Amino acid sequence: MRRAGEFGVLVETGDLAASHRLDAALRADRPPGVTEIVPGPETVLVVAYGAACDAVDRLAARLAALNAAAHVPGGLAEGDHPVVTIPVEYGGADLAGVAALTGLSAAEVVARHTGSEFLVGWLGFAPGFAYLTGLDPVLHVPRLTTPRTSVPAGSVAVAGPYSAVYPSASPGGWHLLGRTSTAVWDTSADPPSLLRPGMRVRFIEKTEKTEAGGS
Amino acid sequence: MTPRVAEVVATGMLATVQDLGRPGLAHLGVPGAGAADRRSLRLANRLVGNPEDTAGLEATFGGLRLRFPGGAWVAVTGAPCPVGRGTYAPVWVPPDGELSLGTPSAGLRTYVAIRGGVDVEPVLGSRSHDTLSGLGPPPLKPGDLLPLGSPAGLPQPLADAAPPPPWPDTPMLRIRVGPRDDWFTPEAVAAMCAVPYSVSEDSNRVGVRLRGPVLERARRGELPSEGMVAGAVQVPPDGQPIVFLADHPPTGGYPVIGVVADADLGLAAQLRPGDQVKFLRVR
Repeated sequence: MRRAGEFGVLVETGDLAASHRLDAALRADRPPGVTEIVPGPETVLVVAYGAACDAVDRLAARLAALNAAAHVPGGLAEGDHPVVTIPVEYGGADLAGVAALTGLSAAEVVARHTGSEFLVGWLGFAPGFAYLTGLDPVLHVPRLTTPRTSVPAGSVAVAGPYSAVYPSASPGGWHLLGRTSTAVWDTSADPPSLLRPGMRVRFIEKTEKTEAGGS
Repeated sequence: MTPRVAEVVATGMLATVQDLGRPGLAHLGVPGAGAADRRSLRLANRLVGNPEDTAGLEATFGGLRLRFPGGAWVAVTGAPCPVGRGTYAPVWVPPDGELSLGTPSAGLRTYVAIRGGVDVEPVLGSRSHDTLSGLGPPPLKPGDLLPLGSPAGLPQPLADAAPPPPWPDTPMLRIRVGPRDDWFTPEAVAAMCAVPYSVSEDSNRVGVRLRGPVLERARRGELPSEGMVAGAVQVPPDGQPIVFLADHPPTGGYPVIGVVADADLGLAAQLRPGDQVKFLRVR
């Protein structure tokens, strides 16, 4: 347990699966006073803003016990997360570039991107921007040397070991494979983000047929 | 009937609508936002009988001018600046009267609460403009008409005036080390608290960038991205600390050497470029 100021406890889970188990357990049975639960690849930050000093100490003790349980098989229930399917029109500005970098054809890049199941690791960079783990290692490419000043909302991209859907227009240094019309971020929805830590994601190629089907 | 609005005549450097922000959404990548100096906004709201979390205005380095066609009760707090009608007190601006903030003599951010509150459309439960993500109402522009909430049912203000807090010559920020102090040499933590840092020009609502002793790392490599709290003192590879304010990113990948005490965050938000600031280690 590491303290992050008066109200924060940074739990070192050591891996993403344990972060997700701890996150799910805390959301299912939220300790009193907890205002933020922020999973990361090897940590979960838990904040009880405004809580008294001894209450934060008690929270830290409870988190230590939960973190220990998260590392024992069956110690904490796995969250139940449905698979979200995201149709993509491939043909993005960097599809050919990624093909050149990986030595694959554009069709093979698409096949490998649609062939993996992704896991929502954590969110950051921008509201609704989910880092998706599980990208085929062949598609791991470094970020663009010169980031774009504006990437359109709905762009489906890869960089390093991650894939992502840009939730809104923003600058960006990831390689754009295509675009989806699925809104991953909607401030009028509750929750506003379609993708949340622990959820599973599959991309499918959007064709004339799937379009006619109204997906 | 005169509409309940405030007309923006001039904005100064940057003026935004702020309440107490969007807590609870950091896991979705949403910054907390809200008033950078929350204590000042809360006080201004109390002075006009508003709930403390009511949306008001945050002016940066003065210069904000408002006209009230229907008149309004207002209170001005935070960085002390010349206001003809007085500060740290509920003040009646008569119909078609103006409220005009001069240049602050110290500090950076001045708050204006208006009885009934600024009633722009909330986004994710808050009327705060977030400079990092762009969520919330855009920064004010001359000519904007800001709708005001009804004062009906609000309690009468209880105080005639509040004493302005004394403005320190060398502001002191209490800091609790961690969570990643072990990424730095023991000398780094001592050095950080030994001499003042100066506030850099490129500070903003995301963070106060400081220039001073380089904080040496004890280990190399990269830290996986992790959750960040307001007040976190993040240290990029150049060794120059950044104190995170209201619009800080919810996650970050540079190690946090310590966290500024919540009670001192308002003071941190009042630091202006060129100011000197000292860290004081606590607990």
